[in-house]
Amino acid sequence: MPETFEPRIVAFFCNWCTYTAADLAGVSRMRHAPNARIIRLMCSGRVDPQFILEAFARGADGVLIGGCHPNDCHYIEGNYKCLRRFRLLRRMLDDMGVEEKRCRLEWISASEGDKVKRVINEMVEQLKALGPLDLPGRFRDWDKEVAELEHAASAASAPCDCHAHKEEAAHA
Amino acid sequence: MDNGDGKVRIGFYVCHCGTNIAGTVDVASVAKYAAGLPGVAVSRDYKYMCSDPGQDLIGEDIREHGLNRIVVAACSPCLHEATFRTATARAGLNPFFCHLVNIREHASWVHSDRAAATAKVYDLIRAACGRVRHHKALERKRVNVRPEVLVVGGGIAGIQAALTVAESGKKVYLVEREPTIGGHMAMFDKTFPTLDCAACILTPKMSQVKAHPNITLWTYSEVAAVEGFVGNFKVKVRRKPRYVNEEACVGCMECVDACIYKEPKFEDEFNQRLGKRKPVYMSFPQATPKVVQIDPETCLHFKTGKCKQPCIASCSRNAFDFNQEERFEDIDVGAIIVATGFKPFDPARSPKYGYGHFPNVYTSLEVERLVNSAGPTGGEVVMRDGRKPKSVGIVHCVGSRNLQTNRWCSKVCCMYSLKLAHLIKEHTHAEVYNFYIDMRTPGKGYEEFYNQLLEEGVHFIRGKVAEVTDWAMTPEEEGKLVMRVEDTLAGFVRRIPVDMVVLAVGLEPQADAQGVRRMFNISCSSEGFFLERHPKLAPVDTATDGVYLAGACQGPKDIPDSVAQAGAAAAQAMALIDKGYIEMEPNAAFIDSEECSGCKSCIPLCPYTAISFDEVTVKATINEALCKGCGTCVAACPSGSIKQNLFEDVEIFSEIEEVLANA
Amino acid sequence: MPEKPKVAFYWCASCGGCEESVVDLAEDILMVVENVEIVFWPVAMDFKKKDVEAMPDGSIAACFLNGAIRTEEQEEMAHLLRRKSKVLIAYGACAHLGGIPALANQFSRERVMEWAYDKCPTVTNAKGTRPQVEFKDGARTATLPAFRNVVRALDQVVDVDYYIPGCAPTPKLLKDAVVALLSGKLPPKGTTLAPDIALCDECPRKSSKPTDVGFAEFRRPHMAEIDPNLCMLAQGFVCMGPATRGGCGALCLNGNMPCTGCFGPTSRVRDQGAKILSSICSSIAPKDEAGIDGVLEGIPDPVGTFYRYGLARCLLRRRVDIKDGAEVAAK
Repeated sequence: MPETFEPRIVAFFCNWCTYTAADLAGVSRMRHAPNARIIRLMCSGRVDPQFILEAFARGADGVLIGGCHPNDCHYIEGNYKCLRRFRLLRRMLDDMGVEEKRCRLEWISASEGDKVKRVINEMVEQLKALGPLDLPGRFRDWDKEVAELEHAASAASAPCDCHAHKEEAAHA
Repeated sequence: MDNGDGKVRIGFYVCHCGTNIAGTVDVASVAKYAAGLPGVAVSRDYKYMCSDPGQDLIGEDIREHGLNRIVVAACSPCLHEATFRTATARAGLNPFFCHLVNIREHASWVHSDRAAATAKVYDLIRAACGRVRHHKALERKRVNVRPEVLVVGGGIAGIQAALTVAESGKKVYLVEREPTIGGHMAMFDKTFPTLDCAACILTPKMSQVKAHPNITLWTYSEVAAVEGFVGNFKVKVRRKPRYVNEEACVGCMECVDACIYKEPKFEDEFNQRLGKRKPVYMSFPQATPKVVQIDPETCLHFKTGKCKQPCIASCSRNAFDFNQEERFEDIDVGAIIVATGFKPFDPARSPKYGYGHFPNVYTSLEVERLVNSAGPTGGEVVMRDGRKPKSVGIVHCVGSRNLQTNRWCSKVCCMYSLKLAHLIKEHTHAEVYNFYIDMRTPGKGYEEFYNQLLEEGVHFIRGKVAEVTDWAMTPEEEGKLVMRVEDTLAGFVRRIPVDMVVLAVGLEPQADAQGVRRMFNISCSSEGFFLERHPKLAPVDTATDGVYLAGACQGPKDIPDSVAQAGAAAAQAMALIDKGYIEMEPNAAFIDSEECSGCKSCIPLCPYTAISFDEVTVKATINEALCKGCGTCVAACPSGSIKQNLFEDVEIFSEIEEVLANA
Repeated sequence: MPEKPKVAFYWCASCGGCEESVVDLAEDILMVVENVEIVFWPVAMDFKKKDVEAMPDGSIAACFLNGAIRTEEQEEMAHLLRRKSKVLIAYGACAHLGGIPALANQFSRERVMEWAYDKCPTVTNAKGTRPQVEFKDGARTATLPAFRNVVRALDQVVDVDYYIPGCAPTPKLLKDAVVALLSGKLPPKGTTLAPDIALCDECPRKSSKPTDVGFAEFRRPHMAEIDPNLCMLAQGFVCMGPATRGGCGALCLNGNMPCTGCFGPTSRVRDQGAKILSSICSSIAPKDEAGIDGVLEGIPDPVGTFYRYGLARCLLRRRVDIKDGAEVAAK
């Protein structure tokens, strides 16, 4: 692990609680680690497990999901749906060898700017201890065993490109 | 606007925000970096993007360079998303082609390392430029707004808000939990700093509420459920039985005289349990509505069934109805003003002050009743043992500014302590000691009032009272309450014997604030007061459109502030209603029926029952008017057939890809 | 008479079911044979690799390749056939998504070998014999293709033009594809040649699904009697139908078994397993962690359940923490 490893966190924050809390952390000048990249969604219920897997596949070392506390969801119950998915996804990630601390769900209310700071700082420390996940790098390593063989003429699409992407492109 | 060639042409703008952003983020290099991103046609940095020239810049570039996407890297979208969308629309481009990147609250204000903050901003703007490529032209849908307003809570804030809205010609429902409106202010004797009589200024307003043709007043009632959304709330109000027909009762009080209990026997809540009332009672003479009620907990009829019920016989208007039951009213309103007030701190939580242990330790609210001529002692400041105090100690900041209880300053205690000191001295000529941490008297005429008190000979001791004790160390302390305090100005510990202790209790959120806020779908700040949308720019709005805040439910406030805020909340509600419609964020979910398999997975997930199953097409459909745009069904659709405007999968995936594309 | 288009069939890591599905065309195979010239089909006819190598590049009009790519030889053949074919079609779940063989992506190659040649209770291998890439027996040298660390779908090795899904594809899909090929009316490259709508659309039990399924438990098919008419999910059986492309005619449901997802996701989904997980979990009845976990105990193996045919295509592709053997690292 390089000395300077800086984990990359993709954070999916719900608009009403956790995103607002991150704004509050800003307004209150609560300095914290610059490793999280926040993607704003209206509700933690919008967090599609595909987003989490995609973030890991694209090189995130950790994924943080922030939603309203139980009973506090702006949309009544979106956070419960998020929690239910998270419970099984967490177990599935475990079966796929992704360490538990890499994927975290936190309830952070609009007033908890300090919690945004604490959770991000904590997660950065934990990810530093775990080291890089670097799935793009691992994909490249895995594919070294096939890279030596010639590739078809239209090498435009990388071998790990999902056909669904291509199909999308074709339809677009 | 696609210039006919279908090419994405992004205008990118990074805001310095003075030094707020530029101080931590290298905005020049951000602009340079953005210029190199695919699709970016124009890239600029500017001192204040939200200023008129900043906004004009966007418009000019749209016209000159044929831009069809706008990315602004500035502050939180909660603050200025609307500003830049509007600027975009002014230049003829659909506003939803504009996207705001939060690099102030989420970057420059929370990081100190310039390189790291700038690198983070690179990632964020790359994600934004990736996402906007997929944006579509969207239209806001219009929803009509009902003209009625619900005001919850009949304290001074609720009263003021209700009257203001009603005066404008709108229909108001005012719902109050207690038997009468008036709230805490009705309990006060005088108001600071002018010492005008609280009742004299409040009760005319209370009567006005009762008499106003546009106000429906429901006291002894609570909001039981709220459904719907801005402009179209459906509210269920629980009306508790008072066993008296409100329409019939005129408040003549004949029944109170006639009650089987000849003497008042039960603790009087309005008088802070310092006085007694009968089972049939009116909270105070100016109670509004002027209607008696029966307390089933103490009424002999309810307890034993054996009362002769002289009250019924005494009532010439046949107002009693012992069979009354709880009932519900369903109303439709366009806006809601929450003015549910505060709860005084319970000083039993700070045992060192001896409240509840020593009878002569009082809360400030109890003393308000004692000095009130309509109170239990007729305005005489006499203690529980019947004596007039010769010396009184007032402890400031009880339950405020304290790590063990509440951390916040309750804002009003310094001033009401001064007022009580003045009134006690006036009524009893006692020596009055104020024990304070800091005197906080900002406000018109407030500091002057403090100076007046100093001249009146009230004692001020700066120090936190460590203990109130009856353990006498000297003969003159015998029979007194001794206040131990470190006098931090004199620099030594003092023991001051007094007859009476007044605890200036702080203001707390109502005990049921959590339940109330869930009902109205609003947030609380960390101490439990309701959270305004923005502390400065939207102080009476909440995160839920159409729900506004007034008074101390939002935080400790004195009467002038509560009244001012009530006026502001009323104005917001009226602005909403007068417009007659609102435009909804076009982030609703929708189903492509060609793609839907009719698996029904989404249908039970919608909390607003916006999704239904069409038995003809055997597919799911979304009612756009009911959809609030949470996106839960989108995430759950197993075949990817539900999409959400502004948060389409492809938009979010491209954010994920781009934000991580720096590896 | 113009020359008939040349067609090839090939198999890689597969069970042979896909080959059977070609034969399952029944009388329709005559139509196929009439209209095309089969130039390569090792299962049914005698061809050698050198025959293919001798063909001009691009001379095969269409190659239907089934099976996942696990070995060096499969890779070589995939590349060879890609070069020789105008249109390369990933045929069947294994070529399309990795299929059952890709479940091995949960384990290292070493663990797979260890199980197959040692630990498996039905194996007796006292000498601990393992397959070798090269084996010298006196003067003779026998070789076996190298076994890769990762199981891949066809398009993770070579460029693929079309996909025909299924384990195995139904004869109808194959026939439709052949007709489309012959008529030259082909959809855009990258298309999966099956309806782009989930299976529920054609499921005979569709109408029996209530709109308010709240899962209080999950059961596996061997654990209970299955009502032959009621929606599987309504009975608490995990059914992949809502997240799986239709086009099979709901064969499994007609056989009173839940869908296990062999047709893969619709074009709008990147990760079939994540999507069915999201959909099913959203409707779990309890709201507290313990209650949720209790219900989820009924899904003991989420990877095996949700990625039964699609693990190679999972966005993570493979168990991510596998340390591959040293001999591979050296290669």
